[in-house]
Amino acid sequence: MTSIDPPNAAPKPAMPAEWRDFFALTKPRVMTLVIFTGLCGLLAAPERINAFLGFAAILCIAIGAGGAAALNQWWEADIDAGMKRTSKRPLPSGRMGRTQARDFGIMLSAASVGIMGLAIGWLAAAILAVSIVYYAVLYTIWLKPRTPQNIVIGGGAGAFPPMIGWVAATGEITAMPVLLFAIIFMWTPPHFWALALFKAGDYGRAGIPMMPNVAGEASTRRQIFAYSVVVAAVGVAPWVLGFSSAAYGASAAALGAGFVWYAWRVLNQADEDRVMKPAKALFAYSIVYLFGIFAAYLADAVVLRALVA
Amino acid sequence: MRMMVLADEDKDGITLTEKQRKARRARSIAIGLGLAALVIIFYIATIAKFGPAILDRAL
Repeated sequence: MTSIDPPNAAPKPAMPAEWRDFFALTKPRVMTLVIFTGLCGLLAAPERINAFLGFAAILCIAIGAGGAAALNQWWEADIDAGMKRTSKRPLPSGRMGRTQARDFGIMLSAASVGIMGLAIGWLAAAILAVSIVYYAVLYTIWLKPRTPQNIVIGGGAGAFPPMIGWVAATGEITAMPVLLFAIIFMWTPPHFWALALFKAGDYGRAGIPMMPNVAGEASTRRQIFAYSVVVAAVGVAPWVLGFSSAAYGASAAALGAGFVWYAWRVLNQADEDRVMKPAKALFAYSIVYLFGIFAAYLADAVVLRALVA
Repeated sequence: MRMMVLADEDKDGITLTEKQRKARRARSIAIGLGLAALVIIFYIATIAKFGPAILDRAL
């Protein structure tokens, strides 16, 4: 591809969209996870940040994620139109024009990075900018339509929020925010491949080379299990490396064991199983896992700090 | 005279339906609220970032 114009698809709308469509363009449900993990990074960091500046930092992370999501939908309107799961989005349903979505995404992205830099610090702003480019360009435009490893590498985009939150509070990158990054990075492949298993038809019709369509379901199930073991191991790493207490270690081990158990059920899922309850259960549990492990880490950091003080 | 010319030009423009008019108004309100929030954020963030030192300036 030589130009940066997205593939043609969505019908041109007659009128500007409603504010609800712009809001939907920011993928609010995904944003809740972004806000939560970003907040955990910010609150668990060893240095305190002014409450309002902390609020502004989280707002910037959320707006940046929203901008990246809008740019993702600007580029993928044709793909979204071909998938049942995404066909109701503002662009494929014709409620909004592509140019509007692109401009909205650029505006949100630029505003979030600018405000983060001015109000919080330029290191946090730089990581935020990298995360937006990572998601909108590296993942959406380059990796996703080209390789089944798209979400393995692209998963990095969703892993930045806790690191940004941490850096917003401390102004520096240390081992712990890198571990928080690693947890989400390793969590992303089994999370999305579980979804891809029971949505393989959708992805296939849209021409997206997700792992089940390229390597087959059996290979995907084995890779899900392998990544799940790594997720469980990385989850307990903060305790093993001495960054958190045994209480966190026990919580992470229990949550990780659950992850491996659900992945084991996916591994043993029958080839002819088209309902795919194990894959659906793993997908649902993976969301619980991420909320759980970050909540456990935050609670541990807050309690440890209170005990020291 | 000019007013009449403008009015005539408007007749050639797009006529919005009631739903479209409402959508445009809601969008305008959302943009206004967004801008107001931005002003408040910059105002409070400036005070929070600089603290009492913001009042310490040569007159």
